[in-house]
Amino acid sequence: MTPTAQDVSAPGEAAPPSDRPANPPRAFSVFSAAELQTALKKMYLIRRFEEAAEDAYQRGLTYGTMHLSIGQEASAVGACLPLGPSDYITSTHRGHGHCIAKGADPARMFAEFSGKETGYCHGRGGSMHIADVENGNLGANGIVAGGIPIAVGAALAIKKRGLPNVALCFFGDGAANEGAFHEALNIASIWKLPVIFVCENNKYAMSTSIERALSVKNVADRAVAYSMPGVIVDGNSLTDMADAVMAAIERARAGLGPTLIESKTYRIRGHSRSDRNRYRTKEEIESWVARDPIDRFEVELIAHGLATAAECLAIREAAEAEIAAAVKFSNDSPLPDAADILRGVHTPAEAKP
Amino acid sequence: MTAPLSATTGALPIEPGASRELSFAEALREAMGQALEADDRVFLMGEDIAIYGGAFQVTLGLLERFGHDRVMDTPISELGSAGVAVGAALAGMRPILEFQFQDFATLAMEQIVNQAAKIRYMFGGKCSVPVVFRAPTGSGTGGAAQHSQSLEAWYAHVPGLKVVQPSNPHDAKGLLLAALDDPDPVMFFEHKLLYKMKGPVPEAPYRVPIGKAAVVRQGTQVTIVASAIMVSRSLEAAAILAEKGIDVEVIDLRTLRPLDTETIIASVKKTTRLMCVYEGAKTLGIGAEIAAMIAESEAFDYLDAPILRLGGAEVPIPYSPVLEKAAVPQVADIAAAAERLANKRV
Repeated sequence: MTPTAQDVSAPGEAAPPSDRPANPPRAFSVFSAAELQTALKKMYLIRRFEEAAEDAYQRGLTYGTMHLSIGQEASAVGACLPLGPSDYITSTHRGHGHCIAKGADPARMFAEFSGKETGYCHGRGGSMHIADVENGNLGANGIVAGGIPIAVGAALAIKKRGLPNVALCFFGDGAANEGAFHEALNIASIWKLPVIFVCENNKYAMSTSIERALSVKNVADRAVAYSMPGVIVDGNSLTDMADAVMAAIERARAGLGPTLIESKTYRIRGHSRSDRNRYRTKEEIESWVARDPIDRFEVELIAHGLATAAECLAIREAAEAEIAAAVKFSNDSPLPDAADILRGVHTPAEAKP
Repeated sequence: MTAPLSATTGALPIEPGASRELSFAEALREAMGQALEADDRVFLMGEDIAIYGGAFQVTLGLLERFGHDRVMDTPISELGSAGVAVGAALAGMRPILEFQFQDFATLAMEQIVNQAAKIRYMFGGKCSVPVVFRAPTGSGTGGAAQHSQSLEAWYAHVPGLKVVQPSNPHDAKGLLLAALDDPDPVMFFEHKLLYKMKGPVPEAPYRVPIGKAAVVRQGTQVTIVASAIMVSRSLEAAAILAEKGIDVEVIDLRTLRPLDTETIIASVKKTTRLMCVYEGAKTLGIGAEIAAMIAESEAFDYLDAPILRLGGAEVPIPYSPVLEKAAVPQVADIAAAAERLANKRV
């Protein structure tokens, strides 16, 4: 049976790893050691990508803003682990992690972040609009909740085309208070669409805490209003996320419709580069640094014999090298040609799909 | 009301083949039916479009022919439905979303303006959003302030959107089929007072190109640029003025974005006088854009009188019929203004 908000007792933040059941997570029997090690690598790629972005900002090398997802790597990678290239995701302004988790090339991402012609969007989109449509990533989104109905539409297309895929929609706790959330979840429910709503509840919509903004204790509590399971997951546990998404995929493929998964997590860095952390304490931030999702996954992998400490170190070093190469690729890439500004507004006549 | 085609000098191309008299609504319905038959990717969404047949009965009977999977009633969720249409378009479908009234599309501006219009560009030209948003526009039905607006200029201000506004049954069908062929988002606005207008419509599918205006009446003294219901009103005004010896040319814009500047410039160079007639509020409306475009063009030097804008009053559309009529240009207003313009000199 799929758990609901009512029968899941332990929100993630209250559950340190030692309290979890001794049974191995389902993900460990579904995915091979190699696949799980790739997941670890993606977490490191995200962490290093964000750190490289932050570094570029601190050295005055960036142009626009950025929203870093350090601390939320398990949520992104765990949710995307059960997805294939033909499954869709929609993402958010805090989307670098989702993009890497869905398999994007960090070099082209960093080039996009840096406004280079070689970026995913040829420098037209920037950090908040990185998309990798061929790989099922329908894009980050600068509008809070903007991607939620779009994911529902992708799921409608999947259903109409008779495909076995799903659409997975990332959004934050702030988006759960937008009208689009309500409309999209209602439509997905009445039409029983193969869509998975993943609310990454990192406790703050910019500076406004969930306690001040949310009428219910958990975003998942709202699932009952849409007749779908509302599952609360420790968002800092990759395997918990993957297990919850696998159950949601099975439900979607069985024609039973959507699931709302609430990933309880935390963003370690500020909302964006303007953030002075006036709304939270250093102690709170440090308590979440201690629950680092990458460390936790490494410990789990080693405990279950799926990776050695030496392999984990090699994975980390490989990720660091890949991001260093990505930054170099971006630095070496040309800026767009200003004369080319209008390219891409409309589809050229000869390219009609 | 009948389509003004018989009054033209053959400027509107009528395709060969069987042409019957259809209403504007029937022409739209036929276009959608043919598109649903021809392309599995096409489907319709909207509030009360299936069982009810649409608030203006435009989709009447399509449910019976194509079933609920392709003619989908949505909840009253304009924003959600618009996003669903955008997502479905990104994932390989060809949705047509009907807003029950253009006024209600304001609830979906986020998805139309921030998402549909920009996704292709923001994503570096890697994908297209082939969605058609249909909506009834305009006053004249007693709908009052929230069911009568003409906000097409808002959308025409947004790069990435195309904005279409047919004036007769022939163009309604041809432009809707062209909009469905278009790989990018198209706003398709239907004036409510035109739904019952009858006119010749070829049975076989055909396209009226987006971005191409039509000279629907040739004239030598004044150019009137109009769209939607203002085309037939301008033609009526032109007929009145013809009896007074004033020769008016009428251009049917058909598309507000992209604007067919070439046709307007050529006409103004010929007539030397320009008047823009539109139902939306006069300030910052489509007429302002056309006037500015002419002021910037080589046609400016040909003008023999200041450009005149005849737009809607600066007021929410009132309910009482006497006020409602006074809020938007009527035939007599157009005729009087065009007559003044014809007699004016710089």
